Amino acid sequence: MRKPMKKMLVTAAVALSALTAGVAAIAADAEEHPPHRHWHFQGPFGTYDRAAAQRGYQVYAEVCAACHSLQLLAYRNLEELGLTENQVKGLIKDIQIPDLNDDGQPIERPARPSDRFKRPFPNEAAAAAANNGKAPPDLSVIVKAREGGPDYIYGILTGYVPYDKLTPEQIKAFSVTKDDNFNKYFPGHKIGMPPPLGDDKVTYADGTKATTDQEASDVVEFLAWASEPHMEARKRTGVRVILFLLAMAGFLYAVKRMVWADKH
Amino acid sequence: MASSHGTPPVFNNKVIAWIDHRLPIFSYIEKEYHTFPTPRNFNYFWNFGAIATVMLVLMIVTGIVLATNYTPHVTMAFDSVERIMRDVPSGWLIRYLHMTGASFFFIAVYIHIFRGMYYGSYKAPRELLWILGVIILLLMMATAFMGYVLPWGQMSFWGATVITSLFGAIPVVGDSIVTWLWGGFAIDNPTLNRFFALHYLLPFVIVAVVALHVVALHVHGSNNPLGIDPKGPQDTVPFHPYYTMKDGFGVAVFLIIYAGFAFFAPDSLGDPANYIPANPLVTPTHIVPEWYFLPFYAILRAVPDKLGGVLAMFGSIGVLFILPWLDTSRVRSCTFRPIYKWFMLVLVIDVFVLGYCGANPPEGYFVPLSQVATLYYFFHFLILLPVLGKIERPLPLPPSIADAVLKKKAG
Amino acid sequence: MAASSIPAGGHGDPTRRDFLMVATGALGGVGIAATAWPFINNLNPAADTLALASVEVNVAPIQVGQAVTVKWRGKPLFIRHRTPEEIKAAEAVPMAELRDPQTDNSRVTDTAKKVRPEWLIMIGVCTHLGCVPLGNQPGQTKGPFGGWFCPCHGSAYDTSGRIRQGPAPRNLAIPGYLFTSDTLVRIG
Repeated sequence: MRKPMKKMLVTAAVALSALTAGVAAIAADAEEHPPHRHWHFQGPFGTYDRAAAQRGYQVYAEVCAACHSLQLLAYRNLEELGLTENQVKGLIKDIQIPDLNDDGQPIERPARPSDRFKRPFPNEAAAAAANNGKAPPDLSVIVKAREGGPDYIYGILTGYVPYDKLTPEQIKAFSVTKDDNFNKYFPGHKIGMPPPLGDDKVTYADGTKATTDQEASDVVEFLAWASEPHMEARKRTGVRVILFLLAMAGFLYAVKRMVWADKH
Repeated sequence: MASSHGTPPVFNNKVIAWIDHRLPIFSYIEKEYHTFPTPRNFNYFWNFGAIATVMLVLMIVTGIVLATNYTPHVTMAFDSVERIMRDVPSGWLIRYLHMTGASFFFIAVYIHIFRGMYYGSYKAPRELLWILGVIILLLMMATAFMGYVLPWGQMSFWGATVITSLFGAIPVVGDSIVTWLWGGFAIDNPTLNRFFALHYLLPFVIVAVVALHVVALHVHGSNNPLGIDPKGPQDTVPFHPYYTMKDGFGVAVFLIIYAGFAFFAPDSLGDPANYIPANPLVTPTHIVPEWYFLPFYAILRAVPDKLGGVLAMFGSIGVLFILPWLDTSRVRSCTFRPIYKWFMLVLVIDVFVLGYCGANPPEGYFVPLSQVATLYYFFHFLILLPVLGKIERPLPLPPSIADAVLKKKAG
Repeated sequence: MAASSIPAGGHGDPTRRDFLMVATGALGGVGIAATAWPFINNLNPAADTLALASVEVNVAPIQVGQAVTVKWRGKPLFIRHRTPEEIKAAEAVPMAELRDPQTDNSRVTDTAKKVRPEWLIMIGVCTHLGCVPLGNQPGQTKGPFGGWFCPCHGSAYDTSGRIRQGPAPRNLAIPGYLFTSDTLVRIG
């Protein structure tokens, strides 16, 4: 292309990159950001660690499900984590789902794989009433619904600081009382949820040691899968599409050059 | 129609000849998209009209498919989108293509607009072509705004609340207009339903205006990087195969970047808060529109007065309508405008700065920065263009396109 | 049209030129087909629809002589626990009397070829014009043949669900079903 045009584009590119760096710098010092962790599913070729996700399901079912719904998922979706249909049926056999009988009266009946995950509270208002006025959020897309994604969720789960470990400056700056739950990464630091995880809160079926970190990491793997079950198909398809388009662009460039050969 | 255009083309195929004699679509295509004389010196900026058309078709096709599964009711909208992502075969693919496609449609159109401004494609006799283009931009913005409301996330709801509330600034009738837009006393189900109907309708209005836009283009033919008119066949090439193949290549490269985002970073251009179902009782900490609206959002917030901000925001598009008359330069292309070309670069940087301001809360240094950037924007159109055109000494224009191309080839 | 408008003065001989055009066209065609497929497949039943494609019924609570109606794939499913008299009556009907000849035996065989004559499982949609026949709820008429009776146009079905009288052309349809245990049957 012509020299002056090229020079302008280079200047514009430099200006743009300086701006972007500026944006990143401004965004970083607003709140304390959770440390970046390496996740099995990150990157263009990342996949879900099914063993970790199954352990994470156990954490969800035994700890989180008491307050947090997962209503966009159905029990049959657990088969995508490597469970057989019979294993799923075994997991849900004691769950009772509200339904109506033939006379139109509300009843409870055993869960089926096609049912959505049972909600701990019948509706939003009941959930808020049982939890100091704030309903615990549904976790179906929580990893996509928070800035920082999996790093943030992990940070929240492991970022609690007990009152007696806080510095006087922190207590003063954030007006923390003994009844507050102080969390390093929650905006405003006072989170409504008390620390949900602890060492050996669950006993893993596969024998993995259940430290708080392990539980947090596993439940994030599970929740990441829950937020986007088709991620692996997306990345796989993406590789194929881009390879195809690269080939197509190559061929079309060759055709273009051939067509224009006598004009240049 | 065929008889008024000299000798009609002869088709060997009997079926095609039969149809063409009765409805001359094939002659039309032959004339407008095959032999159509097009300047031979296009650069790759000229690909973006075709790229934008491809994106429009892609958005309509993916949109119609999404509409077969979407439910425009406040209790079901969010869940229906997630059902598309999870249960509908290839639903995740079509949703991400549509979501990312909106961003890339705007990228293509913004580059297309930059080309028009830099090379003076808005100048006589193409003023109406340019105005039709600005109308398309406005329709795209309305379509995108309503489309973003449909998933009924927190940003959908609150972004819609902020932007529709702006009309309340209009004196006397403002509040009635807002109630009329909402169909109620707040954004609620009536608003969602009508936005869905209109979001489905407007793209077809865009198609109609794009058709007018292309018809207007073909009256006088395309502009070119030198900004001088073709003087004969030595200055042009037939549109097919020269530009069909070059556009094909450009589309393929554009699609690679598009696919990169759609498949590997689909949520990077959006806001995580839109994965939280809309809650009329909880306002998100930062209400931010999609990136392609950020510069206008910054202009809106730069003016401390509510009505002033609304007027400035609509004014920023209004100046585009009158651009052909604001620019007094006798020369079309910035290639030959040694001073103005640098101001074009400043304008581009200014728009990026406005976008950056729009992405951040109106606090601290963002306030004066957005005000300075807004002032420059209007200065550029309303003062710089009329004045500079009169006082700038343009570089000498080459005698013809062929001349410039061959001289470049030799030199 | 395309090949003839490619300028002859281009670099490369005609065979290379043609190869490039054909290869590009072929690749483009593959791309279009591969892109079209997800859009067409999109209209196929979604995962939540498919999850409801089969239903499991615990038949233990159904007493002899009782029947239940279960919703399956949007239609009513009749499950009747037949009495020995009903079974005997069904088996006694000669084929020549039937508009749609089917042995009772063939209508109570599951997909594993096991015959359970006491369980009659049928789609409760009249094969005439689609009404739901009476006879499955307690107190409803069972019609002149002791099975089911369609009030819309008078089709009468026997204790095996076969059409005996009235305008319906075929017997009530039997879906594929499998007894996964003595009390649990999966339909579909």
